[in-house]
Amino acid sequence: MTTDTVISTRDLSLTFQTNDGPVHALKDVSLDVEKGDFVSFIGPSGCGKTTFLRCMADLEHPTAGAITVNGASAEEARRARAYGYVFQASGLFPWRSIGGNIRLPLEIMGFDRAEQDARVKRVLELVDLGGFERKFPWQLSGGMQQRASIARALAFDADILLMDEPFGALDEIVRDHLNEQLLSLWERTEKTICFVTHSIPEAVYLSTRIVVMSPRPGRITDVIESPLPKERPLDIRDTPEFLEVAHRVREGLRGGHGDDD
Amino acid sequence: MRNALPVLSVVAAILVIWYLAAFWMNAAWVRDQAARADRHTGFAELVTETMTQDRPVVAAPHQVVMALWKGVFGHKITSKRSFVYHGWVTLEATLWGFALGIVIGVGLAVIIVHSRAVDMSVMPWAVISQTVPIVALAPMIVVLSNAVGIEGRLVPKAIISAYLSFFPVLVSMVSGLRAPHPMQLDLLKTYGASRTQVFWKLRLPSSLPYFFASLKVAIAASLIGAIVGELPTGAIDGLGARMLIGSQFGQPLIMWAALFAATILAGALILVVGVIQRAADRRMGVTR
Repeated sequence: MTTDTVISTRDLSLTFQTNDGPVHALKDVSLDVEKGDFVSFIGPSGCGKTTFLRCMADLEHPTAGAITVNGASAEEARRARAYGYVFQASGLFPWRSIGGNIRLPLEIMGFDRAEQDARVKRVLELVDLGGFERKFPWQLSGGMQQRASIARALAFDADILLMDEPFGALDEIVRDHLNEQLLSLWERTEKTICFVTHSIPEAVYLSTRIVVMSPRPGRITDVIESPLPKERPLDIRDTPEFLEVAHRVREGLRGGHGDDD
Repeated sequence: MRNALPVLSVVAAILVIWYLAAFWMNAAWVRDQAARADRHTGFAELVTETMTQDRPVVAAPHQVVMALWKGVFGHKITSKRSFVYHGWVTLEATLWGFALGIVIGVGLAVIIVHSRAVDMSVMPWAVISQTVPIVALAPMIVVLSNAVGIEGRLVPKAIISAYLSFFPVLVSMVSGLRAPHPMQLDLLKTYGASRTQVFWKLRLPSSLPYFFASLKVAIAASLIGAIVGELPTGAIDGLGARMLIGSQFGQPLIMWAALFAATILAGALILVVGVIQRAADRRMGVTR
C-alpha cells in the first residue's frame, strides 16, 4: 500500500456559538489518513467524531486549523465528488425506487443513461441487493435500506467513503453480517474509509486504525494501530489479540470520560 | 365500499331532517292561506300542500330532484334554460381560474423559498389579499374588465377564481418546498448539486403531497369565485346567475336546483382531484 496522505488535518478546531455560550466541538485535532486505511472514530456522545467527519465532508466549516482532502481544500474535494457519505439513517427518497435512489448521484453528476444502468447493477450486486432495483424503500428492511444507502455511496467510484454510524440503528445479527460485508467490500475496492461508531467491537473488528476521542472539548486522546491481520473472519473477535486491542480502546475511552468527573 | 352503510345512513338522516324542516317552514304559509279562505286544513292536507308548493320557503327534496332533472334533461343543451349550459359556463371559469391560481401559487412559492427578500415582502401581502371580502371585490373586477374592453364575463370570473384559489396552493407549496429533511439536503450537498438540481430532485417531489392536499381546497374556492363572479350587475349565465335569477324572479325551485347543481359540481371536481392524487401517490411509491 502506498502511503499518500488522503486526508490531513492540522490543529483543526470548531467552536459552535450557541445561546448558552460557545461549544468547543473540536479542539486542535491533528490526524493523517493514508490511502487504503480503514479508520474508526470512537468516543462517547458529544466528543466531536461526527463533527470531525462532517468537516472532512465540507458539511461543517472549522473555525481554526487546516484540513486538506486529496491535497485540496475540503470544499474543492466536495465539488470534485471525491467521497461518498453514508448517514446514520438510510436517507433514501421514498418516491424513488432503489434503482432510482442509486441513480440520484449519477444523474446529478451527469453520467449518461447506459452508464447509469451499468453502475446501478454493479453496485447492487456488490452489496448483495441484486434484483431489488424496482422495489421501493418501504418494501425493504432496515438493514437492506442501509445496504442500499452504501451502494448509493459507492455508485460514482469515489475513493473515499465517510460513514457516520451507518449500522447504529440495526440489531446485532444484521450488524455482524453487514460488518463482514463492509470488510470484504473494502478489500475488493481498496477505498479509504472513515467510520464513526459507538461500538468498541465494531471499531476493533473493522479498522486498521482506531482513533479514540473525548468530549468537552472534542479532541483525540489515542490513536491505536491495529495489529490484527487484514483477513479477519468473525471469530477473530474471540482471540486474545482482539481483546487486547478492545481493552486498550476501552482504557482510552475511560480516560477521556474521567476528565469530566 | 365499506363506507357505503355509514354514508347512506347519514344521507337518510339528512333527508328526514330536511323533510321535517320543509314541512315545518312551509306550514305557516299554508295555514295562512287556509285562514284567508276560511278553510280548515287537516293533517294530511297540510302535508301534501307543504310538499307541492310552487314557491316554497324550503323546497322539499323531491321537488329539488324534479327541478334538477328538468333543468338537466328537460331542455336542449344549447338552450338558455339548460343546467348543462349554465353548468358549463361556471365550470369553464372555474377551471381557467384554477389553472391560473395554480400557476401563481406555485410560481410565487418557488420564488419565496429561494429568496429571503421576496419571502419577507410578498407573504404578508398574500395574506392580506385574502382578508378582503371577495363579494365586495368581485363587482369591481367585473366592471374594470369591461371598462378595459374585455368582452364577456369569462376573464373577470377567472381572475376572481384565481384570486381565491392561489392562496391555499401558495401556503401549501411553501411548506412543501421547505419540507426536505436537513439530512437529505446534506446528502445532495455531498454530491455537489446545484440549487436547480436540489429543487427538481428533492424539493419538488417532497412538496407533491402538500400540493395535492391544497388542490382540493383550491378547486372548491375556485368554484365559489366563479359563482360570486356571476352575481354582480347583469347576471345572465352560469349557475350563480341562475340562483340569483331564481330567487329574484319568483322561481325558488330553480334557485334550489341551481344551488344543488353547484354543490354536485364541486363534489365531482374534488373527486377528480382525489383520483389524480391517488394515481400520483402510487407512481411515487407512497404506500397508503
